[in-house]
Amino acid sequence: MTETIPVRQIIAQNAAHLKQLEAESIYIMREVAAEFKKPVMLYSVGKDSSVMLRLAQKAFYPAPIPFPVMHVDTGYKFPEMYVFRDKYCAEIGVRLIVERNERAIGMGMNPMQYGTDKCCGALKTGALLDALTKHGFDAAFGGARRDEEKSRAKERIYSFRDAFGQWDPKNQRPELWNLYNARINDGESIRVFPLSNWTELDVWFYIVLEEIPIVPIYYAQKRRVVDRGGILVPYDEKRVTLKPGEQVEEVLSRFRSLGCMPCTGAIRSNAQTIEDIVAEIILARKSERENRVIDHNSDSSMEQKKREGYF
Amino acid sequence: MQNGEGVGSSLEMLRFTTAGSVDDGKSTLIGRLLFDSKTVFEDQLESLAKTALRKGTHGIDLSLITDGLAAEREQGITIDVAYRYFSTPKRKFIIADTPGHEQYTRNMVTGASTANLAVVLTDARKGVLPQSKRHGFIASLLGIPHIVLAVNKMDLVDYARDVYEKIKADFGAYARDFKTHDITFIPVSALTGDNIVTRSVQMPWYTGPTLLEFLENVPIRNDRNLTDFRFPVQLVVRPHQDFRGYAGDVASGTIAPGDTVMALPSRRQTRVRELLTYNGKLDRATVGQSVVIVLADEVDLSRGDMLVKPDQVPNITQDLKATLCWMADEPLEPGKRYLVKHTTQMVGAMVQSLDYRVDIHTLAHEPAQALRLNEIGAVTLKVKRPLYVDAYDRNRLTGAFVLIDELSNNTVGAGMVV
Repeated sequence: MTETIPVRQIIAQNAAHLKQLEAESIYIMREVAAEFKKPVMLYSVGKDSSVMLRLAQKAFYPAPIPFPVMHVDTGYKFPEMYVFRDKYCAEIGVRLIVERNERAIGMGMNPMQYGTDKCCGALKTGALLDALTKHGFDAAFGGARRDEEKSRAKERIYSFRDAFGQWDPKNQRPELWNLYNARINDGESIRVFPLSNWTELDVWFYIVLEEIPIVPIYYAQKRRVVDRGGILVPYDEKRVTLKPGEQVEEVLSRFRSLGCMPCTGAIRSNAQTIEDIVAEIILARKSERENRVIDHNSDSSMEQKKREGYF
Repeated sequence: MQNGEGVGSSLEMLRFTTAGSVDDGKSTLIGRLLFDSKTVFEDQLESLAKTALRKGTHGIDLSLITDGLAAEREQGITIDVAYRYFSTPKRKFIIADTPGHEQYTRNMVTGASTANLAVVLTDARKGVLPQSKRHGFIASLLGIPHIVLAVNKMDLVDYARDVYEKIKADFGAYARDFKTHDITFIPVSALTGDNIVTRSVQMPWYTGPTLLEFLENVPIRNDRNLTDFRFPVQLVVRPHQDFRGYAGDVASGTIAPGDTVMALPSRRQTRVRELLTYNGKLDRATVGQSVVIVLADEVDLSRGDMLVKPDQVPNITQDLKATLCWMADEPLEPGKRYLVKHTTQMVGAMVQSLDYRVDIHTLAHEPAQALRLNEIGAVTLKVKRPLYVDAYDRNRLTGAFVLIDELSNNTVGAGMVV
């Protein structure tokens, strides 16, 4: 299947428009560095974050990246993600800040018992808002893309947030040409999305072209999983309780996007090289967030989260 | 960058904006483009099917593919600019999908500001309505080089050629004074798919391209200003004492090592020593490329300043005459003060005069005391420091600015230098 897709050739054909996207992202990052007092780059360890980091290296070259990166850690990430995070940040010499909602983690917050909304609210949104306040960051880069989800399609590149981190979708600042409005009052902030105009495929093409390292669990290997309605939940006897009729299987599988272990499913795949992954995505007929449990609750769940301060 | 067909050719990116009212079938048209180009994913379709079930409608409504916010889905309207992405083997497309009502003119202007092409929709049954004219006018005002007038719902007029020809003649007459000269008419039905992606068998009398064929093939390479070198400095890059470079995007023109450049405002001349990027040194940089420029001599240059070529100096001025689209509830009035953001400069400004307002239906200029939300007019501004500007028609990036309200921090106006 995969050998019928000339991946390298397709990527070569996309090189010109990737250069355009790259230039646009670099322009945005430099504007932020120039106009805000204390920016930070949110780093989730996933593929989009990796691309964003590379773009930041390019934007300020030959100087180092002039702001720290921050990982808002829920404690539920895959072990491979923590290893990769620490190693890669040290390798490229960027300052890494890790922040967690220790109170919620101490209480044993988890999605099985409290539901995904409450869990995300505490471990992601709550932790992020607290961390931004604690450090006094006035701008935070996020790797979100407009093609990911329908409420993101309407978000500005500079997304204004009030003192509570809230997004008001009906009252966004007009954003014209490449003239971004960085004016805010104390306590307010801007979330900046330099990858707004990138698609999932653009991100993968760029990773191949630029040889950007990614977390190994993007690649297929045999994993012990439970099949729940097509979503392959990684099995861990401490966290996953088998429901009647369910069984643990060994399946050749990989993760298409990386989230928290309890809420991220694997997909059946035999993609073992970066070219295999790209070929698989070219053929994919399901969008990348389908293996995320959090988006499914209602048609507008992401919009609601963003209104509450989610990035 | 290589061009042309076949192996090794590079995909170009086309940004287009669509304007039209709810009833024109704009969302259906975009839904059709995404659906027929296989950009809509199965799980998104499932989610839409669930929504249809809940609302008691039957089948999948293509227009729902493009509706984003909960409030919009409930009310069946579009409030804000939404961005959509799709690609074909020939091009990659970014759509700025904007609502068409008059109260959303500011959104239309926003979507149009970065577009290479505008698709304006009309309903074949209704002829050229005032709003289609307004959409066309805004596209032209914002300097979009190509306009497509899609005459939609041809299925509801029995695919009649005379209906299409009448609309073509009417709109053509109205658009005679547009700055945009490339206007293309295509008879379509978004609902049935006629002439969107596949050629209509119902309209053999139409021999032009389908909408997608046109979007894939319209030449856009020469739309940008490749002549006048303009490099607004974003940042001074100074990793250590022995290196100083200027980071920015080439807004127009081209530059190469050895070229003589002039720094504004000092007017000092020097030469380009090298063009640096993370991926190595460049022999040449052109419009849209981000680079670090290293100069042969030390000159006084910081953020907001500009590098140009000495024989192509822009207009250096504190008096800005501009066309302005007003985007705030509080009206613009002579004597008021704002901040101007132009290239990488931010400077205080005062409104000297409101020279006229445009009647958006007749395009007539009329006297006015104030410019209200969604109105378009001409103003004269006095700015505190000189700006380096070109006429918007000649250079979109050095001819454009926004006005920011210092108190509310909102972006309140979009200006185009005359």
